[in-house]
Amino acid sequence: MAYFPIPTGSLLALGAILFCIGLYGALTKRNLIIVLVSVELMLNAANINLVVFSRLGLNPGLNGQVFALFTITVAAAEIAVGLALLLAVFRLRKTSDVNDLNENKN
Amino acid sequence: MVAYAWLVPLLPLAAYVFLLVLGRRAPEGVAAGVSVVCSLASFLVSAAVFRAAASQGPVGPYLFHWLTLGSASISFGFEVTRLNALMILVVSLVSTLVLLYSAGYMHGDERFPVFYQYLNLFVFSMLALVLSPNLLQLYIFWEMVGLCSYLLVGFWYFKPEAALAAKKSFIVTRIGDTGLLIGIVLLYWASGSFDYSTVFAAAGAGQWSLGWVSGQELTTLCALLVFLGAVGKSAQFPLHVWLPDAMEGPTPVSALIHAATMVAAGVYLVARCYPLFQASPGALATVAWIGAITALLAALIALTQRDIKRVIAYSTVSQLGYMMLALGVGAYAYGVFHLMTHAFFKALLFLAAGSVIHAVDTQDLFEMGGLYRKLPLTAWTFLAGALALAGVVPFAGFWSKDDILAAALNTGHPVLWGMLLLAAFCTAFYIFRVYFLVFTGAPRQPERWQHAHEGSWVMTLPLLVLAAMATIAGFFNSPLNGDGLEHFLFADSPQHQIGYTAPENVPLMLLSLLVALLGIGLAAAVYWRPRQSQRPERWARAWGPFYTLSYRKFYLDEVYYAALVYTGKGIAAVVDWIDRYVIDALVRVVGRLVYSVSVLLKFSQTGQVQAYSTVAALGVLVLVAWAMLRAGGVH
Repeated sequence: MAYFPIPTGSLLALGAILFCIGLYGALTKRNLIIVLVSVELMLNAANINLVVFSRLGLNPGLNGQVFALFTITVAAAEIAVGLALLLAVFRLRKTSDVNDLNENKN
Repeated sequence: MVAYAWLVPLLPLAAYVFLLVLGRRAPEGVAAGVSVVCSLASFLVSAAVFRAAASQGPVGPYLFHWLTLGSASISFGFEVTRLNALMILVVSLVSTLVLLYSAGYMHGDERFPVFYQYLNLFVFSMLALVLSPNLLQLYIFWEMVGLCSYLLVGFWYFKPEAALAAKKSFIVTRIGDTGLLIGIVLLYWASGSFDYSTVFAAAGAGQWSLGWVSGQELTTLCALLVFLGAVGKSAQFPLHVWLPDAMEGPTPVSALIHAATMVAAGVYLVARCYPLFQASPGALATVAWIGAITALLAALIALTQRDIKRVIAYSTVSQLGYMMLALGVGAYAYGVFHLMTHAFFKALLFLAAGSVIHAVDTQDLFEMGGLYRKLPLTAWTFLAGALALAGVVPFAGFWSKDDILAAALNTGHPVLWGMLLLAAFCTAFYIFRVYFLVFTGAPRQPERWQHAHEGSWVMTLPLLVLAAMATIAGFFNSPLNGDGLEHFLFADSPQHQIGYTAPENVPLMLLSLLVALLGIGLAAAVYWRPRQSQRPERWARAWGPFYTLSYRKFYLDEVYYAALVYTGKGIAAVVDWIDRYVIDALVRVVGRLVYSVSVLLKFSQTGQVQAYSTVAALGVLVLVAWAMLRAGGVH
């Protein structure tokens, strides 16, 4: 099997594109669930960056990959808290629309 | 014995603390009893100290280290000199009698124990003041007697006049106190010490450690500043206006504080600092002139006052003027002598007046009359005090006043002598005007007269003791005992360095006696048993504007009001305007600015988390772009 390395720039571009999609979703979507999913996307974009630099960066090592594992764990916890909040909000307000959650207006 | 002199002020302090612990509900008998016993013990110790001081001369100072400020060390303690041995004797005796008298006068007052607390605190402060061995300690107690005076003048604070009078007395004396404080600090600065001996040594030699002013000028300046303190406390012109108003306080307070002791503290201060004044002829002349002006002015005002206590208050101002004049012309011993005799006969006059007020419940002379039949003992004791004040031989005031007059003439001050002689004539007139109006003739208000009666023994006993003192105190320094007081005071200064003593002058004595008798005679002609009761009114009308001028106290209160209060109000109005329309305006502009900006900004708060995040993301973008530009673009 020929060793055909994917260029670092492409991998970073993938991370950047994923991050932008996640950011776009987090900033524009009205449904809270989609917003949470978008936040996950951004986290995973960051994970890609970590792994890329840990493997192909100037000082390759395992640190970045371990760090990515931690991030995944933390993200799981975060999404659990986020979903719990979402449920609580839904029970209280009968909605999961972000635009309706504007108590701090003016 | 002298080493125990600290007991003298400490006993009243103990009584004060005891009463403070007992609180407002203490029974009258306990409050008065404890106070009188402590004060009496204090008097007995004073008497022993006086005897010891007479035989051994000055002792001390006994000093204890207090503070170290830089290289300077400040101590506190006490000392016994011939002067303050005499002072503690007089103060503790008068205090004991007044404390006893108050038990009758204040009987039934709901704040009776508080009254005794204040009085004890005052007695402590006054005794500690005269025993102080340095100027700083003196100043502390000087302020404390002022505070007690304020508290006691305003004792009946629910009367608006009393509250106002208390404020006035505090503020007016404060003017003098400020001068005294500046003087003390200046003396400390120039001599490096608060101790009398160091300061006086520097003053005598004119050796001050200040380069920017000549020694003589500095001595005069310091002496005048110290004298300003005395002017405030001893109610000398032009700061005399507080003392007559202070008569709003209970009469025992007037007798103790505003006649016998606190107001004499100013005279004591000048006497204690005499070496400083002697080093400055200008300051001495000022003291003499202020004293003479005060003596004459107050005597003229006292001629026409209607309130019995005010007459005696102006008389006090006038007599304090005599003492100041005596010190000013160099007759140190006579000033102190008059201080002593005055303490007795003026306390007597006040207590007798208090007895009258207690009996008839009015202070207006023209509502009294004929009280001799109801209050014979008060009348006789008042007469003794009046004769002493008028200067009739052999009562106390004759000897001391005559000494002062002789000293004024012999030291070459004929103008001052003339002023004093005129004041002496007025003195005899006004005090016998009071006597005749109160005790002789027909009752002007029969219903008041009906109910009048003498107080109990606690009120009459002090009157009798003081009347005895007013009669015989003059002999302490009469030719009959070889000018004993002068020898006592001067025993340590063989060449009479500390002041002048006049030789006996029989024609002068006769002249002042004649003047006093003339004054009494005139008072009798006008006010004694007026057959047609219109005589005093016709007499008043005959003097027309002069009567009004005297009755309105030479309009000094009005002048001060116009000069000080209106000026103060004017300045206050300007400051108020600046505060309101400049400083506050600036503050308001800042506030408005912040407010309007925030009103605009509040519309950016949509409450949408996503909108905030968008802004944050854009902000990050901008920062990153800026950082990349700084770094020189993407490579």
